[in-house]
Amino acid sequence: MTALRGRTSTIAVWIVLLSMPLWMGALGGYTELASRVVVLGLAAMALNFLLGFTGVLSFGHAAYFGLGAYGVGMTIKYLQPSTPLGILVGVVTGTLAAAVIGALIAKRRGVYFAMVTIAFGQVFYFIAFRWNSVTGGDDGLNNWRRQAIDFGIAKLDITNDVTFYYFALIVFALSAAAMGLLIKSPFGRTLIAIRENERRARFLGIPVEQHIWLSFVISCFFVSLAGTLFALLSNFTDPRALRWDQSGNFVIMAVLGGMRSFWGPLIGAAIFVVLQDYVSSHTENWMSFIGLFFMAVVLFFPRGILGIVKRRLAS
Amino acid sequence: MTQLILFNVFNGLIVGAFYALMALGLSLILNLSGVINFAHGGFLALGAYIAYTLMPYTGFWGALLVAPVLTAALGLVVERLLIRPLYGRDPLYSLLLTFGLAYVLEDVARAIWGAQSVPYPIPASLTTPLSTEYFFLTGYRLFMVALVAAAVAGLFFILNRTRLGMRIRAGTLDLETVSVLGVNVRILRNLNFGLGIYLAGLAGVLAAGMLGLQPTIGTSLIMPSFVAIIVGGLGSLPGTLLGGLLIGVASGITTVFFPSATEAVMYVMMGLVLLIRPRGLLGEEGRIQ
Repeated sequence: MTALRGRTSTIAVWIVLLSMPLWMGALGGYTELASRVVVLGLAAMALNFLLGFTGVLSFGHAAYFGLGAYGVGMTIKYLQPSTPLGILVGVVTGTLAAAVIGALIAKRRGVYFAMVTIAFGQVFYFIAFRWNSVTGGDDGLNNWRRQAIDFGIAKLDITNDVTFYYFALIVFALSAAAMGLLIKSPFGRTLIAIRENERRARFLGIPVEQHIWLSFVISCFFVSLAGTLFALLSNFTDPRALRWDQSGNFVIMAVLGGMRSFWGPLIGAAIFVVLQDYVSSHTENWMSFIGLFFMAVVLFFPRGILGIVKRRLAS
Repeated sequence: MTQLILFNVFNGLIVGAFYALMALGLSLILNLSGVINFAHGGFLALGAYIAYTLMPYTGFWGALLVAPVLTAALGLVVERLLIRPLYGRDPLYSLLLTFGLAYVLEDVARAIWGAQSVPYPIPASLTTPLSTEYFFLTGYRLFMVALVAAAVAGLFFILNRTRLGMRIRAGTLDLETVSVLGVNVRILRNLNFGLGIYLAGLAGVLAAGMLGLQPTIGTSLIMPSFVAIIVGGLGSLPGTLLGGLLIGVASGITTVFFPSATEAVMYVMMGLVLLIRPRGLLGEEGRIQ
């Protein structure tokens, strides 16, 4: 029964995602907004791989997101105008940074882990902010555009907004499938065991630190992939992509949608992106709205939307 | 050159004193309640703006006295209404709540006092340089260092010599036992939060006199405060103090030789500490993971 329900919800998610550009306009949105939902949804799901399925709170994921974004932008601008190469550079940069920093912090737990990730997250922000000549500083990295992808036999013209949406969706689908398989694998089950009871997992002989490190690196791999797509989407990136508030946004997306469910963060991202777009175009005090929204989620919907739905269905 | 270095070391010491003052408040709250107070910077800004508003009526000294107390009172209310329901839950929730609160406080400050930087007047008696050679030694700067030192001494006096302070320290070690012994833990956490916010408010008033006043003043000081806590050692207040001063001076010296790495150097220090001495400079082994 639950398997059937799981399959139904997966199919429903895909129908919505595949058709989004068709009805987004009718609802007052635009294709770029749909792409943003998919890209930030991927980032939130990647964070949730660590947060929801390993039980480790990182509040610094924007750093790796931003490294991906700067990696792709700087490659296309300075090195070679090639989208796949840019994505590769961005993802490798983000993942390597995560591997190094992850090794420094894998032994920390709980609040301490959160705090160290926050602090480390800021390093890259300051580098991007200060290194004017290369990164463009506070103004951001501009004067570059995403390039059509040449497959030899055919060209995928992702400079078109709708094509880019489906390109991002393919990347999203592959990533989601990979994360889903990982969670279902023995490795993923071990992560869940660590989340549920770290001490017991340790007594069973599981190398907990290694698992947490690996989970952190995998999570950051997908976050930096999302970061590359985010930069490609707007043909631009700036230091705000790797600042702490962006990290907080990822966490709130995961919590809002439901961090114990696979698709929850995507739903959270969709709500967050649409809300932010709407609020920031209607009022100057959007920060208060977002802040109050954070507080309301924490106080009234700590389980997230899918958590509430699951509970309703179970009773 | 020596003078330049000396100037920047002194400057770094002052900035480090701000970091330390802010980090001590964060540490107090974190140690007793397990809450990372992201809104600490917001309270700092609010303290400064309250002082700015009071100044026409109370003068500089009155504002310095009253504004941190008002900020602390606001902290007591916030703890009671918003943070208390989250004790005992995953630290994720209090972190997110204070994160949202930080947004709100910054926006409120912007809505009331404007986004532009406003000058924060300090008495003329404090602005004159004390020495022609060491031009940077103004009365205000020395006064700030002295006041921060006094505040820190006061904090450690409270913690070591008063009943409230002893309960806070005991609660940091084992809250459950303290509760069983008949201490009202709710009130204890409330007062402790207020104490932390008082320090933020005080730091805000002092910082405003030096950096000028703008809604983002707290945001720029909070990240180094996290670094200060980690470098000094989680759970150790003397460590936090040391961490704050150290990173302040380190970034002061870096400004002379490699200005664009002013911030980065703090994070390098943090990375080194985590690599070589993961518990932090004065942190105790195994007390907090």
